[in-house]
Amino acid sequence: MQRSPYPYWFVLPAAVVFVTLFLVPTVASLWFSLTRWDLYTASFIGLDNFRQFFSEQNLTLGLGNTVIYAVLTSATKTVCGLLLAVLLTSGIWGQSFLRTVVFFPVLVSTIGVGITFTVLMHPTKGLFNVGLAAIGLHGPGWLTDASLALYSVALVDLWKGVGLATLIYIAGLAAISPDYYEAARIDGATRVQQFWRVTVPLVQPATVTVITLSLIGGLRSFDLIWAMTKGGPGFSSDVLASVIYKQYQAGFYGLSTAGNVILFALIATIILPLTWWFNRKEVDL
Amino acid sequence: MKFIPSAALLAAITLTAGLAQAETTVSVLLDNNAEVLAAFDALSKAYMAKHPDVKFDVEQRPGGADGDNLVKTRLSTGEMADIFDYNSGSLFQALKPEVSLADLTDLPGQANVIDSFKPVVTSVDGKVRGIPFGPAMGGGIYYSKKIYADLGLTVPTTWAEFMANNEKIKAAGKVAVAQTYGDTWSSQLFVLADFYNVAQASPTFAADYTGNKAKYATSPAAMAGFQHLEDVFKAGYLNPDFGAAKFDDGMKMVATGEAGHYPMLTFGLGSVKQNEPDNVNDVGFFAQPGDDAAHNGLTVWMPTSLYAPAGSKNLDVVKDFFNYVASKEGCELMEATNGATGPYLIKGCALPKDVPASVADMLPYFQKDGGTLPALEFLSPIKGPNLEQITVAVGSGITSAADGAKQYDQDVEKQAKQLGLPNW
Repeated sequence: MQRSPYPYWFVLPAAVVFVTLFLVPTVASLWFSLTRWDLYTASFIGLDNFRQFFSEQNLTLGLGNTVIYAVLTSATKTVCGLLLAVLLTSGIWGQSFLRTVVFFPVLVSTIGVGITFTVLMHPTKGLFNVGLAAIGLHGPGWLTDASLALYSVALVDLWKGVGLATLIYIAGLAAISPDYYEAARIDGATRVQQFWRVTVPLVQPATVTVITLSLIGGLRSFDLIWAMTKGGPGFSSDVLASVIYKQYQAGFYGLSTAGNVILFALIATIILPLTWWFNRKEVDL
Repeated sequence: MKFIPSAALLAAITLTAGLAQAETTVSVLLDNNAEVLAAFDALSKAYMAKHPDVKFDVEQRPGGADGDNLVKTRLSTGEMADIFDYNSGSLFQALKPEVSLADLTDLPGQANVIDSFKPVVTSVDGKVRGIPFGPAMGGGIYYSKKIYADLGLTVPTTWAEFMANNEKIKAAGKVAVAQTYGDTWSSQLFVLADFYNVAQASPTFAADYTGNKAKYATSPAAMAGFQHLEDVFKAGYLNPDFGAAKFDDGMKMVATGEAGHYPMLTFGLGSVKQNEPDNVNDVGFFAQPGDDAAHNGLTVWMPTSLYAPAGSKNLDVVKDFFNYVASKEGCELMEATNGATGPYLIKGCALPKDVPASVADMLPYFQKDGGTLPALEFLSPIKGPNLEQITVAVGSGITSAADGAKQYDQDVEKQAKQLGLPNW
């Protein structure tokens, strides 16, 4: 093993930033999650905050919603992103323009998107339901129906985020050598067979990136949900991040920190095995 | 005569130096409610006219939970403005006032403040830490005078009469009860404004509730508020967009005769004045009725208060300004700026003769002996922070009234533990 040609103190500036801004707060939050904390004094209460978190129905509901939301947005972004990327690399008319259109929502502020869609999804005055009424359909309460609100937000998240997935897939598709397709065609493969046998396996590095990024994004998603429903109606579209924020607003700083620790653990337990598994598969290929 | 100009110069230098030294800029953090800003603007201008050496630098903050967040964070990091406005009662207690706020017990202006206000801004150590800023409010139900006249209805004094009126309004093709869960805070009224009735049935409820002896879920009188929310939803009395409508929409519906009722605090009239000025006298107001017509009274909200953080550098100037705010003159100025929407809690500061109809409807409760009672959040330090989400869930038929009350008891427990109250 070769020794680094740089002296150790080269690492100092980065280390200072890392320790003071990342390591210290992480360790401190582990401590504060075990206390009842009002920002002035913190009294140690053991695991009470965690017990509280898991005993309260609305908080556990938030945990379930987080997983549903993350899996749903991640899966739909992956599928739609790949299909759009295939479409937008097939040389259809207006290809560059369409790529811009698909990517555009990614550039818009999430809060702005949330507020706009809240107006569009208004149960009686919103464009969606006014449009549905015009063709004789009775539109649902997109954001006010408890069983629908989370999925409506996920739909908007898909609209906003699919552009990034598409972009990653377009880059992934460009990296596949045309020779494979040529060979497949000579062997008599149909377009569908080419897609499943050539495109899907060879675009896997892009798939790994898209799934990992969108899953992490979905798990810690907050801004869109907060702008559109604030976790409501009631608690029905609450996710971990919005629950944590509400505990913080209420002044339950210890409980809120415990929520952050749970979120951290949740992301780690889902993402770490996933990346390990993906990386192994990549080596197999 | 050489000495005269130099003496004048000297005097001028001393004067400017003195002015420059005494120039004080007081920073102010206010919530972005139009009436709050207008009242403070009028007060500060009048004060600056008398004290040219003082300036006010006003910064705005959002109301509701986002505002709570900002106030608590800035207080605890020592970055609070010299003056800020915030709720009195249980929300005030959650600021940890005994540590974070300046002691205003010995403020000369406190002598002008009506005694019933002082407990709601007194910290656990017995020190008074705020002065009232604005009028007291009633929590009850606005009604459309036009619909009541058209259908020949009378103001209800029991909940059963209220529901009978609703049935007739619905039969006439109008919205019986406007609800605006798009602004979640507005969903709490049926529960909070029912406290007068709760206390009639169970006079020691506030103390028992603070002492962990009385619960919403197990006290039928306290449960009634949650039940009301469920009942008006199940009966189909609500406006179709109740889940998305906002506070201003609710006031508009009841002011223009689109809806028969809208449960709200009496500051709602400010919205009508601003947005539907022609309809100001088309809304009436009554207290939320209970089971017993003989005990009909109003649940009252104390005004918000002005506070100074402990450790403010300009505390002397701030205190002098507070004396002015708490004076009869300051009170009359606020009244002239925003019009009379409720009684001010400053001695000798009377309401004008000519008040809007809904304010006139409210005043008899104050004049009747025992006709009003402060809301629970002014009698107990505990208010669960998630009440507005729970009341939206019950009022939208997502959660039953019984489960909602149970969830709220759990929420209250968290708050009580956080405050470190005994018996919890």
